[in-house]
Amino acid sequence: MTLSRRSSKWEPRHPVAEDQRQLTSAMIASLSAEGMPTRHAPFGHALKSLAASRDDILGLTADLAKYTDLHVFAEAYPERFYQMGMAEQVMISAAAGLAKEGFTPFATTYAVFASRRAYDFICMAIAEDRLNVKIVCGLPGLTTGYGPSHQATDDLAIFRAMPNLTIVDPCDALDTEQATYAVAAHDGPVYMRLLRGQVPMMLHEHETYRFELGRAQLLRDGQDVLFITSGFMTMRALEAAEALAKDGIEAGILHSPTIKPLDDATILQHCRKPGRLVITAENHSVIGGLGEAVASTLMRHGVTPAFRQIGLPDEFLDAGALPVLHDQYGISTNAVIRQTKAWLK
Amino acid sequence: MTTGMNGVKPSLERRAWNIRHKSLRMGAVQKQGYIGQALGIADVLAVSYFHALNYRPDDPEWEGRDRYLLSIGHYAIALYAALLEAEVLPEFELETYGTDDSRLPMSGMASYTPGMEITGGSLGHGLGIAVGMALGLKRKSSDAFIYNLMSDGELGEGSTWEAAMSASHHQLDNLICLVDFNNQQADGPSTEMLCSEPLEDKWQAFGWYTQRVDGNDIEALVAAFDKARQLKSAQPRVIICNTQMCKGVPFLEAREITHFVRVESDEWTKALQVLEERKPA
Repeated sequence: MTLSRRSSKWEPRHPVAEDQRQLTSAMIASLSAEGMPTRHAPFGHALKSLAASRDDILGLTADLAKYTDLHVFAEAYPERFYQMGMAEQVMISAAAGLAKEGFTPFATTYAVFASRRAYDFICMAIAEDRLNVKIVCGLPGLTTGYGPSHQATDDLAIFRAMPNLTIVDPCDALDTEQATYAVAAHDGPVYMRLLRGQVPMMLHEHETYRFELGRAQLLRDGQDVLFITSGFMTMRALEAAEALAKDGIEAGILHSPTIKPLDDATILQHCRKPGRLVITAENHSVIGGLGEAVASTLMRHGVTPAFRQIGLPDEFLDAGALPVLHDQYGISTNAVIRQTKAWLK
Repeated sequence: MTTGMNGVKPSLERRAWNIRHKSLRMGAVQKQGYIGQALGIADVLAVSYFHALNYRPDDPEWEGRDRYLLSIGHYAIALYAALLEAEVLPEFELETYGTDDSRLPMSGMASYTPGMEITGGSLGHGLGIAVGMALGLKRKSSDAFIYNLMSDGELGEGSTWEAAMSASHHQLDNLICLVDFNNQQADGPSTEMLCSEPLEDKWQAFGWYTQRVDGNDIEALVAAFDKARQLKSAQPRVIICNTQMCKGVPFLEAREITHFVRVESDEWTKALQVLEERKPA
């Protein structure tokens, strides 16, 4: 069964009224809900501020500085920025070479291009030699309506099996900013998923939270459901938990922005609490991402709560408008609420 | 670097012969190996390690060294021979070639062997890494060179040309690429698999200072290396080295399939004997 709404390309489509048009979402800004505070280019500003005290930090991009917020760094430090052109393989290889010479390169492109096009170079030139390169990639999962060419629904699956690579999927503007500092402080190769542009912010409401590499943290507790989440699905789960609480369903949220190495101990600790439905929620295919990583951790340790996965289906996704697509593929706040209630029945 | 028994430095011809001899001895340990490539590239390696390169045998990671990247991981047997000859590696390790837990695995890897700068083998990687290292050396105001030794087969990889374009875009005059053009790859002659000719025109069009020489002519190689190093223009340099697979052992040279040349058990001794008869002073 497919979740695609597409009908035949031979069927003409009729325009809808102007006020009912759902435009193609190219920008991540459309992620932010009405009224949610946002912060501009959190990665770019964090990198710029880091670079003030760290001469070793360099920036490289494959023609996507503006679309990965690296332009903020590039404008501040033009002599430390390399425009590598539309050539992901040499960008990654050159980043490896710069790391071999003692620098800490941040290389940016879209997640689809890093994972699908430059994989061999990340694997052999960077990961195998454990080089200190940070690969920071825009348009993770379903954050564009351009269709499969730009939708990295498989990047976590592709990268999880790569030895030596640390994988980070931050939640919001605050998480992205703090993760940038943590990733720079870590000595070794990192792949980080990036939310760019006007990035929504929610974690500032959780005063004790600070991003720590390799650590999952409980953002709220609840006796009925435990969501284990990463990326912007943590925001969706937070919104869903509020709504579910009004219906008497208490949902906890364990935010796990480091996909690898997974914080097994914390996940096991919270999943051992009896009587809760564990639901993983991720902006990624249900194959090979956070959900399967959590499931295998649980199985390996003999911890077997009731378990469900929220994630993108194993198919090439439609092009279109993100709010519609998120609902269609089950990762909107309403879809999270809908699925959770159905599973609890 | 070593001197001969009489205190005189061995000739480059003798260095090349020693590299061939060591390669064959390693092949004999394993009764297999990319010996055709090693015999073919020995002259280029001799000129590299005993004429052109600046390095310290007792400190392979010396910051001021010229970096020598082996993009073609399967040529490791040849580079080990050069590193043994240069005394970067101790002579006694030769007999560990390709054996379990050796520092000399059959495909070259940075994490296994002193003097092996990168993990090659996935072809088309070296030149891109060289671009980054060349950029890095420039940032450090180093006057060291980056050499990338690659094969004609790697010219089929798109990443090679991304890197070639990038090197000239960034005016990497500290980068010297050596292309071993032996016209052999796994399935047959390189020019019949995916023809890269006219090769000088291609590199020139990509902005490189291009030379093409007989890669088994030491005098020609010395001149080409000198020119590549001394050139003043702000562009990367390539030396296309036309080599003969299995050079120096005529009965192997005559074999048709030389990518992974078949050498029978008893032929290793014979090959060493044939080489012995051609030992230069």
